[in-house]
Amino acid sequence: MGIISDGTTIFDSGSLAAGLGSSISVIKKLTASSSGTLSFVNGSSGVVLDNTYKEYLFVINNCHPSAKSNFAFQGSTNTGSSYGVTITSSHFQNKMDEGNTGTHSLTYEAGRDLAQSTSFQRLTETQNTANDECCSGFIRLFNPSSTTFVKHFNTTFESISDNPSSSYNFCGGYFNTTSAIDAIQFKFESGNIDSGTITLYGIS
Amino acid sequence: MGLISNGSTLFDSGSLDASVASGSMTHIKTLTASDSSTLSFVNGASSVVLDNTYKEYVFKFYDIHPSHSGTRFQFNGSVDTGSNYNATKQTSMFVAANIEADTDTSLSYQPGDDLGNSTGFQDLAGFGNANDDNDASLAGTLQLFDIANTTFVKHFIARTNYMTTGPYPVDTFTGGYFNTTSALDAFQFKFTSNNIAAGTIKLYGVK
Repeated sequence: MGIISDGTTIFDSGSLAAGLGSSISVIKKLTASSSGTLSFVNGSSGVVLDNTYKEYLFVINNCHPSAKSNFAFQGSTNTGSSYGVTITSSHFQNKMDEGNTGTHSLTYEAGRDLAQSTSFQRLTETQNTANDECCSGFIRLFNPSSTTFVKHFNTTFESISDNPSSSYNFCGGYFNTTSAIDAIQFKFESGNIDSGTITLYGIS
Repeated sequence: MGLISNGSTLFDSGSLDASVASGSMTHIKTLTASDSSTLSFVNGASSVVLDNTYKEYVFKFYDIHPSHSGTRFQFNGSVDTGSNYNATKQTSMFVAANIEADTDTSLSYQPGDDLGNSTGFQDLAGFGNANDDNDASLAGTLQLFDIANTTFVKHFIARTNYMTTGPYPVDTFTGGYFNTTSALDAFQFKFTSNNIAAGTIKLYGVK
């Protein structure tokens, strides 16, 4: 059943009409608890990661590592059986230390980009482990279900590294495949994700 | 017809009541390219809203694919509801890029893609021209702030990712302002030459 008001459809077939509801929908929130990985797999545990949305947004909050390590992600084309899609990407960082000693920089990070690699994509500099230290940021993944085009993504992360320093990271690139991406996994490259949340949104 | 529940209006006259939680980002219009020379969003035409209804407008680009290589994706604004797309702009652009062959990287300002008080179209992809390989495309976001303002210039920021010849993935950051106190009421997207073979552009309003 639907309802039409003054000639305008308000809702029909169980959904609000386009333009009336929110364009950003929460799909799934995962909370780490000494977790080796956090994975979002299409069709599993309420996760949608298909052609329902043209864009997916992952928001990462306060991910705290058990060991000094880079936070990283990868995609899957086989609903999470393996995470090793070919990626080419760039990565740069803006950095300033807490002591305000003049240790500031804006640099391309060759150790964090990928060139036709199936490795996990680094999202941050090596993350410190003090109790108050964590990383936060977001990833935009564009049209992962396309079977024609590569799948672009860009990421923005803030983390705490060495001195300690504020480390502001920007990564952009593509999954160089025409297969659909249907799962995404996050991890620290060593140790666990002690705590933190990752929320997946769909943008319609 | 309206609907009132426990004394609260839920909707009336074809619209949800403002008190009903419906999210702060509202989809306005989707245009899909099919070998299109331009894609234009004009306030008041084809259900497009580009006025003071929203303080911020967001354009999203998905799988924008050029009909030919040797071209760049770009945009311009209008102050006369699309009669002309030539609002004056002051802009900057920088990029990060990494070639697939792992033999070249770049983090650089792009002087060839900025505008100095120019009425020309603003590139949204720098560093190199678009690749027209079958799997090559552009994706990204353009945010425009308070375009209906008649006191201040109108700022915008954009971040796009695309494949350029090389091939490189290029992460492009563009910022600037329309240097006018006239309201902007239309925007047009195109490649510098030839057509937008395929792709989708969505317009949202942010309350």
